[in-house]
This record gives sequence, C-alpha cells and structure tokens, in this order.
Amino acid sequence: MEDNTLTQEVKPPDTSKGPVRWLRDNLFSTWYNTILTCLGLVLLFFFFRVFFIWVFTQANWAVIPAYLRTLMIGPYPIEQVWRIGIVFCTLLTLLGLSAGIWRDRVLQIAIAIAGVGLFLLLIPLDVVKEGEDTSATLEFNLNIFYLIFFKRKWLLGGLVLLAVTFLIGRDKNTFKRWIIIGWVLSFPWTMIILHGFGKNAVSTTDWGGLLLTLILAAVGIVACFPLGVLLALGRRSQLPAIKWVSTVYIETIRGVPLITILFMGSILLPIFMPGDFQLDKVIRAMVALTLFSSSYMAENIRGGLQAVPSGQVEAAQAVGLTYPKTMHFIVLPQAIRAVIPAIVGQSIALFKDTSLVSVVGLLDLLGVGRTILGSSKWSGNYAEVWFFIAIIYFVFSFSMSIVSQKIEADLGVGKH
Amino acid sequence: MQQDSTKIPFWRDIRVLKVLFQVIFIIGIILLALFFYMNMLNGLERQGIELSLDFLMSEAGFELSEGIDFDSSDTNLKAFWVGVVNTLRVSIIGIFCATIVGFLFGIARLSSNWLISKTAAVYVEIFRNTPLVLQILFWYPLILTLPKVRESINFFDSIFINRRGVYLPSAVPADGFNTWRWYLLSGIIIAIIVVLGLAAYRYFFQDRELHETDRPSFVSNIILGAKWVAAPIFLTAAIVGWFLTPEVSFVLSKPELQGFNFVGGINFSPEFTAMLIGLTVYTSAFIAEVVRAGIQSVVKGQREAARSVGLKESQVLRLVVIPQAIPVIVPPLTSQYLNLAKNSSLGTFIAYTDLYAIAEIINGKTDQSVPIFAIIMASYLILSLTTSAFMNWYNRRITRFGSSS
Repeated sequence: MEDNTLTQEVKPPDTSKGPVRWLRDNLFSTWYNTILTCLGLVLLFFFFRVFFIWVFTQANWAVIPAYLRTLMIGPYPIEQVWRIGIVFCTLLTLLGLSAGIWRDRVLQIAIAIAGVGLFLLLIPLDVVKEGEDTSATLEFNLNIFYLIFFKRKWLLGGLVLLAVTFLIGRDKNTFKRWIIIGWVLSFPWTMIILHGFGKNAVSTTDWGGLLLTLILAAVGIVACFPLGVLLALGRRSQLPAIKWVSTVYIETIRGVPLITILFMGSILLPIFMPGDFQLDKVIRAMVALTLFSSSYMAENIRGGLQAVPSGQVEAAQAVGLTYPKTMHFIVLPQAIRAVIPAIVGQSIALFKDTSLVSVVGLLDLLGVGRTILGSSKWSGNYAEVWFFIAIIYFVFSFSMSIVSQKIEADLGVGKH
Repeated sequence: MQQDSTKIPFWRDIRVLKVLFQVIFIIGIILLALFFYMNMLNGLERQGIELSLDFLMSEAGFELSEGIDFDSSDTNLKAFWVGVVNTLRVSIIGIFCATIVGFLFGIARLSSNWLISKTAAVYVEIFRNTPLVLQILFWYPLILTLPKVRESINFFDSIFINRRGVYLPSAVPADGFNTWRWYLLSGIIIAIIVVLGLAAYRYFFQDRELHETDRPSFVSNIILGAKWVAAPIFLTAAIVGWFLTPEVSFVLSKPELQGFNFVGGINFSPEFTAMLIGLTVYTSAFIAEVVRAGIQSVVKGQREAARSVGLKESQVLRLVVIPQAIPVIVPPLTSQYLNLAKNSSLGTFIAYTDLYAIAEIINGKTDQSVPIFAIIMASYLILSLTTSAFMNWYNRRITRFGSSS
C-alpha cells in the first residue's frame, strides 16, 4: 500500500488576503507594533471624545451663519455683489475653455471645482436672520428651487458656463493662445470689475474676507513672476554689478520676516513716495507681498535655470540666438516647467502668509475673524471662528498641494 | 587701411557694452535711491520730523513683563535688547522642540504600523496647511482658559500648568557656584591650550610627512581635538571641581504657591507658551516632511543589504539609513529653522513682546519709523545670516567627512 499522506498536498488556510490578514500586517505585525496600535487607539479615542463633545454639545456655531457673508466678502456692499458674480463667471468660463482644450490635469481641476460647486449649490441649508441683532442660524430649507435660482444664481450661472464652455472648447487647439491671453487679461479685468467706476465704485478698503485673501494671494504670486524671473537671471548674470544687486536684494528680503516688509509697505512706502501721491492700504499690502514673494520666486526659478543643461544654451548660441531670445525660447520654458511644483508650493505659502495683512489693518479672512471676536458678544467663541476659518484655509492649501503632487508625478520629478 | 575697416566701433564692442550697461544700471539704481531719499526728506520735513537716533537713549515710558527686567524708566535701546532676547529665547527653545517633535512625526510617518503612519500624516497635513497666525491665535486664548492658579494642573509637585502659564523647576546657582566657576574656567583654558598645541604639533610636524592632498587642515585638527581631548578635559575639571568644592554649587528651585502666584523655578508666560506651542507644532509638521523625504532618499538596496548582513532593524536605522539621510535633511532643515526664527515675529498678534512687537510699540510712541525699520531689518538679517552661516558650515562638514565621523 502506498502511503498517500506524504504526497497529498494539504493547503494551508488562506490568509493571503482579507481583513484579518490586513490587520495582522498593518497593525499587529510585531509586539511593539501591537503596543503602539493599542496606545494609539486609546489616545485617539480620548482625543475624538473631547473633540466631538465640543463640536456637538459645547460649541456655539451660531456665530458662523451670523457672519457668513462678512467672512466671505468682508464689508463689500451687498448691492454690488453682482460684480463678484461677474468675476466668478468669467473665471469659470476661462476654466471651462481651458479644460476643453488642455484636458488631463486641467479637466480634473475643473471637475473637482464643479463638484465642490454642485455640493454648495444643492446643500439645503439657508441662513435665517433672527431679528435686528447679529444672531442668525443655519436652517434646513427644503425649497431648493428658491435657493438655487435666487440665492445662489451666480453659482448656478458659473457652473452652467463651466459646462457649456467646456463643450465649446473641446479640442479647439487653435484657441490656445487666446485662452492664455484671456487668463492674463482676466487679472486687470477682475480688478476693474470689482472696483467699478463712478458713484457705485467699491473702494479697495471695502474689500475683505475670503475675497481679499484670494485677491492678495493671486496678486502676490502673479505680479512677482516677472520680477522673480528678472532677479533669477540677474543673480546668474556674468555682469558683476547686476549679479550683486540681485543677490543683495534676494538675500535681504529672504532674511527678514514678511511682517517687517508689510510694516515697510504700510508705514515707510508713503514716506518714500512724492508728497501728493496716495496709495490706499490694500495696494500697499499688495506691493509689499509682491516685493516679498519675488525674491522667493527668484530662488525657485534659479533652481530651474540650474537644471537646464548648458548644452542647450550653447546650441542656442551656435544657431545665432541673442541672449534675450536664448532665454525666451530655450532656457526659461525648460526652467519654469521644471519648477512648477516649487511655484505651487510657494503659492500655498503665500496664500497662508496673506493672513498677516491684518496686522496693517486689512480685513482679510483672518482680519474679519479678529473683528468678529473683538465684539463682546462673540469674544468667547474664538474656537468656533478659528476652526471655521482654518477649514477654509485648509481646503485651499490642501487642494493646491494635491495639484502640486500630481504635477510632480506628471513631470517625473524625483524619479531616476 | 584694411585694419580700420575691421576694427569694431566701440558701440558694438561687447566688452565696452558690458561695462556701459552695468554703469547705466548702477546709475539707474542710484537715481532711484536718490528719488526715494529726496521724497523721504521732503515728506519728513512736511511732517516736521527730524531723523535722529536720540530716541534710543530716551526713556521708554512703557512696561514689559516678558524676559529681562524692564520698567518704564529704562531706555528704548534696552527695550530693543529685551526684544532681541525674547526673540532668541522663543526661537532657540522652539527650534529644539520642533526638531524633536518633527523627527518623531517624520519617523512615525514611515512606520509600518498603519494607524501610526496615518495619524502622523493627518497631523502633518493639518498643521502644514493652515496659517501659523491662525494657530497661535487659537492656542493663546486656549491657554487663558486653563484652570486658575490655585487649581493648577500639577505634575509631581514640580511642574504646574495654569492660565498664567507654565512653571518648571530650575537649577539656581548657590554658595558653591563662585568656587566651582574657577574650576570650569581653568578647565576651559587648559582644554584650549592643549587642543591648540596638539593641532599645531600635528599640523607642523606630523602631517608634513603626508602627501599634500591627504593632509588635514588646521581647523579639522582642532575639531578632532575638541571632540577627543577638550571635551574630556573640561568634563574632568567640572567633575573634580564639583567634588572639591565644599558647598553645593546648584540647588533645585521648585515653583511653590505663595499668596496668589507661584514663586521660584522658571515661568513661561501664556504668550510665550502659545508662541512656543504654535511655532513648535507648525514647524514640526514641515520638519516631519523633510525627515521623511530624507529617509526615503536612501535607496532601498541599502536597507536590504544591511538586513542581509544580519543587522537588527534598529541598527539598520542607526548605522545605515540615518547617516546617509542626514546630509539630505540638513539643508532644508536649515531653512525651516530660519523660517521659525522669522515666524517668531508673529508674537505681535498676541502681545508677545519680541523684537518686532517692541519695534511697533516704539514706533507708536516716537515718529522715527525710518531708523526703527532699519534696526529691525538689520537685527533679523544678522540673526538669519549667522544661522545660515553656521548651518552651511555644519553642512559642509558632514558632507565632506561623510557619514563616518
């Protein structure tokens, strides 16, 4: 008789997948991992217990709906809100066209924005004012058509425009140049529309809240770009005078905190200007932010310039291109492409840094928060206000950092 | 004749053009500066302000509770000095704490334990993506809602936390300190003499036998001596001195409740504590990312090779991974330290009287905004440039000597 037990294959119990296997691999692989997991769970339990008790029972969230509009647009007059609506629709139109033409990442960004927009459009919550004082509540309003077509008409219009222009822009590659020009022009356009003319003009001192934060961040990052490129080229120049002036500028600005530059913008700039020349404080903050971020931009671009192989410059010189043409057609496109993630990183930093402008009396998102807490009625609700504002900052910064990671992956930075 | 026609006219000679271009550029910069300067003189004249540094010597007229003793009869110059010390204090302690917390979270981020690595990731993303001012403005009122002085949170009767801040025990020099000091001083002097002598001996006699390229520099001899000779000499002097001194050199001062407040020990004010927590938490999130990137930059083969020769997991980290990650980590770590020092200027938001906050107070009391601005710019520049010079030196050292030293 043949002994069958030796040749017969007995399969071990299947533990290669399934939740048990996952738990064992990821939480309980060794004795110290088991201890760490248990310790972590206990700490997280206590943290979330305190956190949820606060969120649901102790926090007084009434302060948020009461000041929602102020947090979003500051003291911007309510009759003029259509200006913001027009700017919003313009930007979404441009985004829709770009998404149709470039596809890929731009389309993904557009879809993400459309998703957030749809969520905000359909959420059946409404701010209800309770009497004369600043108290208000968020209540369910099931009359969703009223909300969408009256209270959120600009959001609806923007989203419709986004979808329509995407369909129009699909594969119209000849439009590329016009779209880029459109994006560049959208900048002064935004300023003009938001400000307006004549007796309906909204002075920049009335800009505030998230609107002002976004504008300051956009101005800082866009306006610093040309100056940053010039400084980066200047620092790599072979002409000693230009090299030294650029280096001293960059290192001086990078060596001091932003707050001192804002101090300079708000107190010293008026002294350095001719007597009858007046700048309002928003413009002064913009100048300060631009001067500040241009030196960081210069260092980013310098990193990109160093990454361009010297053969490229030599080849350009060999075919007879002048210095400006070499830079414009050969070096800068490659250099800037390589540092897009760094530039996005700098945008995130600048977006967060705009929160400092409240120190010179501007009512940005954080400044509005400080004003709300300055009123005796809400001074104890600092945690609710800061928590809400933190979420707004977080959503913007975190989505920008995700975009940056995706671009990094596209460009293959860090892969050998 | 022919030579004349090939001679390049000066306006097309690149050598002349280069110089000309730079001269025009410099003249432009000078004109711009002159323009601002004239405007400034005009503006100041119109407002009837005379620029002078006299305000530094005049009476401050305000009180400062943070840091060095200061009252309203002291000069503005001393107020600036109080600000410098406060900035340095919060920056140095902040850098120390942020480094520890940052390394912990950076390593936790790479843990094989899912729960730990995800918790670390959430921590990093939350604190990296919200503004530091916001975090400080959140911590400060939170500290002010802590229990009252009489109901302090108590750790082992030596650490107390309440709404007036944090109280820690400290070592205070006692009777024997004056005697012990001389042992320390002589230890330092002997160590310096021995190290210099040894370095000079090696440099001039021993190292001459080596080939020029292998010859260590004088500075590297001193560093080697400081590590192996000076430190033991100094420690020996300190320990011997400690036992030879008849009285006790230090006593431990514990904070004790007397009347309405704690006396003794070190006190961190609520403002300082809020700044410290804010700076530590915010910067540690960035440092954690720096550490993670540094550790991940060590190629996988290095770990695998280390494991295959039988090193334990802790040895793999200590002997193979970390020495190779440190040179990658140090340059971005430097810029995080610099950011922390610069961010300490946000103290003005919660009335922590750092350098910038004091400059703002003085600016409100006098009209000398131009020299005040120059002073704070210069102070921050000195701070930044010394830090980056030191870190550059450290970076060069670790990259030159490699991971072995």
